[in-house]
Amino acid sequence: MTTTTTELVDYDDATDRYDPVLGIEVHVELGTATKMFDGAPNIFAAEPNTAITPVSLGLPGSLPVVNGTAVEYAIRIGLALNCSIAETCRFARKQYFYPDLTKNFQTSQYDEPIAFDGWVDVELEDGEIVRVEIERAHMEEDAGKNTHVGGATGRIQGATHSLVDYNRAGVPLVEIVTRPIEGTGKRAPEVAAAYVRTLRDIFRTLDVSEARMERGNVRADVNVSLRPTPESPLGTRTETKNVNSFRAIDRTVHFEISRQAGILDAGGTVIQETRHFHEDTGSTSSGRVKSDAEDYRYFPEPDLVPVAPSREWVEEIRNALPELPAARRRRLLGEWGFSDLEMRDVQNAGALDLIEQTVAAGASAQSARKWWMGELARVAREQEVELEELTVTPAQIAELQGLVDGKKINDKIARKVLGSVLEGEGDPAAIVEAEGLAVVSDDSVLTAAVDQAIADNPDVVAKIQGGKVQAIGALIGPIMKATRGQADAGRVREIIMEKLGVQG
Amino acid sequence: MPSIGRDDVARLADLARIQLTDEEVDRLSGEFDAIMDAVASVSEVATADVPATSHPIPMTNVYREDVVTDTLTQEQALAAAPQAEDGRFAVPQILGEE
Amino acid sequence: MTSTDILRTSAASQAAALAAGEISSAELTAAHLDRIDAVDGDLHAFLHVSRDEALTTARDVDTRRAAGEELHPLAGVPVAVKDVVVTEGIPTTAASKILEGWVPPYDATLVEKLRAAGLPILGKTNMDEFAMGSSTENSAFGLTRNPWDRERIPGGSGGGSAAAVGAFEAPLAIGTDTGGSIRQPASVTGTVGVKPTYGSVSRYGLIAMASSLDQAGPVTRTVADAALLHELIAGHDARDSTSLTDPVGAYAAAAGRKDVKGLRIGVIEQLEGEAFAPEVSARFTESLSLLEQAGAEIVRVSCPNFGYALGAYYLIMPSEASSNLAKFDGMRFGLRVVPEESPTAESVMKATRGQGFGDEVKRRILLGTYALSAGYYDAYYGSAQKVRTLVQRDFASAFEKVDVLASPTAPTVAFRLGEKVDDPLAMYANDIATIPANLAGVPGISLPSGLAEDGLPAGIQFLAPARGDERLYQVGGALEALLEDSWGGPLLDRAPDLAGGADR
Ligand SMILES: [Mg+2]
Ligand SMILES: [Zn+2]
Repeated sequence: MTTTTTELVDYDDATDRYDPVLGIEVHVELGTATKMFDGAPNIFAAEPNTAITPVSLGLPGSLPVVNGTAVEYAIRIGLALNCSIAETCRFARKQYFYPDLTKNFQTSQYDEPIAFDGWVDVELEDGEIVRVEIERAHMEEDAGKNTHVGGATGRIQGATHSLVDYNRAGVPLVEIVTRPIEGTGKRAPEVAAAYVRTLRDIFRTLDVSEARMERGNVRADVNVSLRPTPESPLGTRTETKNVNSFRAIDRTVHFEISRQAGILDAGGTVIQETRHFHEDTGSTSSGRVKSDAEDYRYFPEPDLVPVAPSREWVEEIRNALPELPAARRRRLLGEWGFSDLEMRDVQNAGALDLIEQTVAAGASAQSARKWWMGELARVAREQEVELEELTVTPAQIAELQGLVDGKKINDKIARKVLGSVLEGEGDPAAIVEAEGLAVVSDDSVLTAAVDQAIADNPDVVAKIQGGKVQAIGALIGPIMKATRGQADAGRVREIIMEKLGVQG
Repeated sequence: MPSIGRDDVARLADLARIQLTDEEVDRLSGEFDAIMDAVASVSEVATADVPATSHPIPMTNVYREDVVTDTLTQEQALAAAPQAEDGRFAVPQILGEE
Repeated sequence: MTSTDILRTSAASQAAALAAGEISSAELTAAHLDRIDAVDGDLHAFLHVSRDEALTTARDVDTRRAAGEELHPLAGVPVAVKDVVVTEGIPTTAASKILEGWVPPYDATLVEKLRAAGLPILGKTNMDEFAMGSSTENSAFGLTRNPWDRERIPGGSGGGSAAAVGAFEAPLAIGTDTGGSIRQPASVTGTVGVKPTYGSVSRYGLIAMASSLDQAGPVTRTVADAALLHELIAGHDARDSTSLTDPVGAYAAAAGRKDVKGLRIGVIEQLEGEAFAPEVSARFTESLSLLEQAGAEIVRVSCPNFGYALGAYYLIMPSEASSNLAKFDGMRFGLRVVPEESPTAESVMKATRGQGFGDEVKRRILLGTYALSAGYYDAYYGSAQKVRTLVQRDFASAFEKVDVLASPTAPTVAFRLGEKVDDPLAMYANDIATIPANLAGVPGISLPSGLAEDGLPAGIQFLAPARGDERLYQVGGALEALLEDSWGGPLLDRAPDLAGGADR
């Protein structure tokens, strides 16, 4: 096979002449306290081979028992993805030999998944909505982790031996499989990444997983095929395994489209195989083709009994579902009165939660947006952190805005106060108090300052009294200076006009 | 049912990860047909209207509470390992040199 | 009573002697260990004798008894455990080279119960490798001889437990029965064996052969002893998903009732006639007459699908076994064979399994792999599961007419060592009468019916509906009393005296 030497076709050219079809399998590790089939703790980092029992180590004689919470989480996911929940379903053994599998079979679900026939709407950056159909979501267990030793790269290739840690073995997974995703055209890479991001957000909202991509909590297998036209039958697909970031998903699809187009252009045939994505080169390479890989000899797991969630239970779970991201977005859009563009910016900046909390703490939506998307976004960029990592709370922002709205401080002072809050000096009101930053609106103080300014600037006074009312600014400047910027500019103006007997 | 020959036995042994000697392949392929013939009668009565039974005593919804139980120590886990390194099970290279 | 006399008494009598202070558990246990030393060199019922541990437990029980602690009725009575049952700190091999030297880090649930009740564990008994066989000739560590005739098989797979009890090496033993491995050895050694209702005794810690068929149970010299041991090891276990939640039955009380008036006993048409040796059939018929004279009603019933049971069994059992035995791969525990040429995980697994498994294990793994492989699943495994339904229906309609069913346990008395080792089909036919119970999950008992061909013991089997184990003890206890009356004592009194051991 010479697939590696295929010339890549320019992406735009490839998508002009071929119609890409996607299929995505997402594995999410559930955030249960224990594993799928035993009471070993489900924890990310622990000393190797300590988060195990005889069951998760697959010792002779050990038996699995289903984690009821994992079933509940799987149902939650199924419902959130608009799936039907099986009246009864079973676990099955998927049999293949691999050192990270303690029993040399994976306990999974085969022809009877817990959830099936669903869909999810995926919103792209420009606001376009793509509906992705879900074929099934099923429960299964994760495998252990191999570390490859003796090779130059830490990869499996060239390793002299491997070391296995079974802490992850048996961690509950839900695998979500799409139907073929058609009609995405040039936007296929974006759709793929946005789909997985949408799922990630749903998992977090459902509180079924920490859903941290970088930890492998969410992993995607990305299937790509090309066909000449949308009317043509589906082409041969490749499956790129375990792609671990949104960007990598985008790049995988991008690369596979260019690569497959090259093969098809040269009159070749795409081989159905698993592939691996390489972060450094942005390319994929062929995985091992295993001759017996397709004969998994599935059969119903005889150590487990069927899972038959009662309709009452399913409805109870449905009724307790939190508001999902898409619905929430729609609701907030209505409540806040943002423009579509403003809403998308907020979302892309990851500011939705922060603004919602700021509004909940009493600020108006627009002022909350202004803070988070303006001054705070600038500070975050400067500090190279995410908005939510800034050392200020939505409540503090609401408090700060309250001081502005109540004319306690002006905008300029407010930014200064925010700086102090970010420095960890306390809450806005306390800072204003401690540093004496409140606006001076005491007429006696202001009148004294005005009198002084009038006395110091007779020429300006003359201009004003001569009808050039706009010259009033030349008096306000020194007054603000004299009051360290804290004078209420509006009141100052009024007093000047009163004193000089002019109309505004 | 198709007859099961040496190649079939070799393929099954491969699938089941069992190294067989030539003599074993000969012997097993010699027995296979007779054994499968003896059991194949099941299909005579296994008509479409008969449901399958996979558990002798029907039960459903047996769940465990999501509560951590005792675990093995690393020492216990590795005690029987043919080879161990750095608290992990050492296994031979997974890919051979091509 | 001398310690030799007490060895020949029932476990219940030994328990009574302990309670009465006539003997200490240390003395009783030591007497059994001495007996093992004397006769087991030749018999080879044990793969491992845990002398120190047994004596430690015995002394502990004696101390607790002396302190007036309330003890389990069987506390201090020693027990032997089939080597397919996992015992923490005591080597467990399932009679396979692939597990040689394995010391489990945990106890099977039933072993926990034995330990908690204070039964000294004498050791682990021999068996066919991974319980695959009907003669105990498939042990990787050498065969076991029948105490009645040392040139004969002790039955299998649990020949070691039956021989140990029959030769007065242990008053009690644990067996496991997947297709008759408790009952058939009992039949050919003149002992009592019970396969409980599937799920009555936890499977947690039994090295699985066929998960949907395996069941552990008592091997003893009297029906009452079986009842006592069954009561001890039964009960719900949250670690086994197929464990029944029913309360444990009053088996000992049922065994003591000795009343069969009005009991309807069904004779299964399909399990009589030519397939059974004439004298085996004769003892069976005589036993039924005794019961009839005692007031039972004998009814003929037909179970037309039993003819397909053997075929279904020899599809389901190897299929599940092929999967259950996949974990024995030389990666995490047990034997590892490293081939000289390019050792990879795959080649090491193959070499390990090729050298670690015996002929019968390989045969069944390959059969099971075949039956589950793509394209054959429906015809073989699928059809077999349907036959299972039909066998259950046969039982259901039979139990509408009768309270218990009866048949000879095995077609013949113990056959000669080596007689069937090269003929797997002839070997499989030994299980013809015992298999239907496993397929349907119903309980069965075998007890001696008298001496048949060559002056060797034959057995009679009773079957009851699922959860109807009490009926087995009722009819078994009654028949045992009637037969012992007619014989003037236990059948085992007629067994040759093995004292002095190897005289061959
Ligand atoms: Mg996949
Ligand atoms: Zn999966």
